[in-house]
Amino acid sequence: MHKYFPHTEHDLREMLQFLGLNDIKDLFQDVPSHVKFPGDYNIPLQMNEIELRAHFAKLASLNQTYTIFSGLGAYDHYEPSVIPFITSRQEFLTSYTPYQPEVAQGTLQYIFEYQSMICELTGMDVSNASMYDGPTSAAEAMFMAEAITKRPKMLVSSAIFPHIKEVLKTYAHYRGLEIDWIPATNGHTDLTEIQTLLTKEHAMVFVQKTNLFGVIEDYTNLADLVHANGSLLVIYADIATLALIKTPGEDQADIAVGDCQTLGIPIGFGGPYLGYMAVKKTHVRKMPGRICGLSYDKNGKRSFVLTLQAREQHIRREKANSNICSNQSLMALYITVYLTLLGPSGLKRVNELSYQGAHYLYQELLKTKKFEVAFDQPFLKEFTIKSLIPAPLMQSALQQAGFFGAYPLAEIDPELENLYNFAVTEKRTKAEIDALVHVLGGLSW
Amino acid sequence: MVRDTKIIFEQSVPGRIGYSLPNPCYGEGCQIDIPASLKRQSSLNLPEVSELDAIRHFTNLSFKNHGVETGFYPRGSCTMKYNPKINEEIASIPTFNQLHPLQNSASIQGVLKIYDELAKILSELSGLHQYSLNPFAGSHGELVGLMIMKAYHESRSDFKRRKVLVPDSAHGTNPASVAVCGMEVIEIKSTDKGTVDVEDLKAHLSDEIAGMMLTNPNTLGIFESDICQIQKLVHDAGGLLYYDGANLNALLGMARPGDMGFDIMHINLHKTFSTPHGGGGPGSGPVGVVEKLVPFLPNPQVKKQDGYYYIEQNKDAIGQISGFFGNFKVWLRAYVYILTLGKEAIKHIGPLATLNANYIKEKLKDVYELPIEGFCMHECVFDGLKDQSTGVKTLDVAKRLLDFGFHAPTVYFPLLFHQSIMIEPTEVESKQTLDEFVQVMRQVAWEAKEQPELVKNAPHTTPISRIDEVYAAKKMILTYKDYVLEQSKS
Repeated sequence: MHKYFPHTEHDLREMLQFLGLNDIKDLFQDVPSHVKFPGDYNIPLQMNEIELRAHFAKLASLNQTYTIFSGLGAYDHYEPSVIPFITSRQEFLTSYTPYQPEVAQGTLQYIFEYQSMICELTGMDVSNASMYDGPTSAAEAMFMAEAITKRPKMLVSSAIFPHIKEVLKTYAHYRGLEIDWIPATNGHTDLTEIQTLLTKEHAMVFVQKTNLFGVIEDYTNLADLVHANGSLLVIYADIATLALIKTPGEDQADIAVGDCQTLGIPIGFGGPYLGYMAVKKTHVRKMPGRICGLSYDKNGKRSFVLTLQAREQHIRREKANSNICSNQSLMALYITVYLTLLGPSGLKRVNELSYQGAHYLYQELLKTKKFEVAFDQPFLKEFTIKSLIPAPLMQSALQQAGFFGAYPLAEIDPELENLYNFAVTEKRTKAEIDALVHVLGGLSW
Repeated sequence: MVRDTKIIFEQSVPGRIGYSLPNPCYGEGCQIDIPASLKRQSSLNLPEVSELDAIRHFTNLSFKNHGVETGFYPRGSCTMKYNPKINEEIASIPTFNQLHPLQNSASIQGVLKIYDELAKILSELSGLHQYSLNPFAGSHGELVGLMIMKAYHESRSDFKRRKVLVPDSAHGTNPASVAVCGMEVIEIKSTDKGTVDVEDLKAHLSDEIAGMMLTNPNTLGIFESDICQIQKLVHDAGGLLYYDGANLNALLGMARPGDMGFDIMHINLHKTFSTPHGGGGPGSGPVGVVEKLVPFLPNPQVKKQDGYYYIEQNKDAIGQISGFFGNFKVWLRAYVYILTLGKEAIKHIGPLATLNANYIKEKLKDVYELPIEGFCMHECVFDGLKDQSTGVKTLDVAKRLLDFGFHAPTVYFPLLFHQSIMIEPTEVESKQTLDEFVQVMRQVAWEAKEQPELVKNAPHTTPISRIDEVYAAKKMILTYKDYVLEQSKS
């Protein structure tokens, strides 16, 4: 019949006979006849493996891959060769949520290790076992702030990535929450405005670093201001950069969220990635998602188990902290292996190389005289620069030369005219940067 | 043999590395120069191990897991079918891994074509008009579907519809999604046959109803045969009908939710369409709607004109609910699976899955309590052992099964019974596997009578025995740092 169905004619006869039936369709007596689907689906005919390979090779060839020089939430980082071999082991790949800890210690232990590593990087106390992606983890942080403070408004920086902004807006609207926006000035959140904007109705202040413009924002004294108002400070941080820059924990954040894609997850057309969430221990019972804890079995053997489940939908139903069930567990394994391989020195090297590449590109672009400083602010691997080269000309020249870069921020907000996003990771070579600068420097219009 | 595995932090030796990266090469002007006030202050305690150390650690961890390829995995409601290798091979094609989600449409025609074609196939299989593949998982799909429900009523300036009807047998995600979406859950009772109590439904209908969520077949594995009456009642009251696609596997080849009058639904691609569960995710939960709800589907949307695919932000959409296009490499796998089966074979899934479940049910109902007689669909539910005189509970049966190399069924769900054992074999299991499982289930029932302590103390052969869950909740040792602190106390 088909390689995925083991039933022979003989099996079918025996099983139906045992059930006292003549035809397999007799099993569906409870389905009213007028809703029964009569015939064949109008879908493609089946393909054998040879045809499938050819079909997908063709579909793959309909896409253009580039040397990537922009970010905005998706980065072309180094993927160690080891990881796919580990994550494709069937014991990890094909297992379910570890509800039977006796036969799921592999999954449970890596979740525990993942939580430990997320807390190390963010400087927070507790991490859950993963969320879908960065933007949805931000939305969950917003709901959590609402639940903790019982306040209906959010104060959010305008200098955050557009996809985070859009997801927050959607989730807030349907939940009946309101978002007030903190303006951006000179490439960063205008923190002086917070004092005027913040009211007793605000559940959280939400900021991102590095921000929409690639700028490393300075949150000195921000937490004191926010906490004095009874609000929570939520920091959305690029987790890879936290090996180098101040952590949400050091900034006294209550909740840290973001995307772990920057920890070597393939850029893969946007997913699967992984959203992280880490909080102060006082907030653990309001945190969404699964949490793994350490315990001992009957014989005193150290082991791991899902814990604090009374927060979750399968126990609490409509009173749960969140509706999340499936998370991104396999991607949590991915980044646990990544961080194990890289360790503190590897992660430091990744940041150094990205920083140096980005700053080299920045300086070389300025030297062409076709680019100008947009903001004189500290950045790491991603930056915003001003150019008067017409955007379409720049785009077509880059594409022809095989680059994806100079993403126009005007696509996000028309007011950001003439501003362009660049990102450089450790994967980019000096030769690639020189080639990019050569293309852009040679443009005339 | 399963090795005892240390926590990775305990294997760390300062100076070891497991990566290979270039040396810095940009010269003087590019040295890191970040103001001290912006720099990380604390040291970074991550493991330091060699590449082989890392591989051995995770390989040894994997030996402690049961996967679908290890053995039978009859978890009800989870559809633990085989995750084909060709799906994995296609999903690892380098080109797919290298595409930036913000590239322009002309440069990503291949992936947009896959998006569009898979969405169309899901429409045909489910009888709904159009799909978004952006939702990340089943419960994310539910939330998105409920947002669409709310947006529809609001678009008609009907703001008082804030209540959503949910049967008491529903998956926990249903009421949780309603609450997250800022609406009120109204629970509808089940009859003693396990289906929606239509009289109770009638009693709760009003012009404040936004809609109803329904799983069909329901979580007891029973087809809601009053579906036509239910859909009419809900629609006449001005509500929309939501289909929870968790149990869609039963219907492939038999019926389509769209034909039953459902307006919105999600599909768990990680259940019905063979993508791996990954120890809890990533999944994918595409949402489909009838024609009048198409404008509300989330952004970004993939459109096609004259053979050219492009991305659109629709102003009537509920908005954006994901960073980009959802879990791309998960829905890619589902597309491969569908093409592998094709029109010829996909229609056999529901009947074969249903046959397997009924076979198990009939083979076990003399030793396990079958609360509801009659044909089941893709899964069957028992209410514990028939003979519970020795005090052996469902949990004990589940744990004892682990000793025989089977994963445990779903237990203590649905909540309608006290000792639920929910078994879903799926269509991929052979008669031989089912017979072996039946034999073991019967043996456990026998042991429960003759050697109850053996069952109550199970499992005996797994990497660990039963865990002290109270200790975990009380001590809250949630990181390696917590563990070191706890050790220093004792």
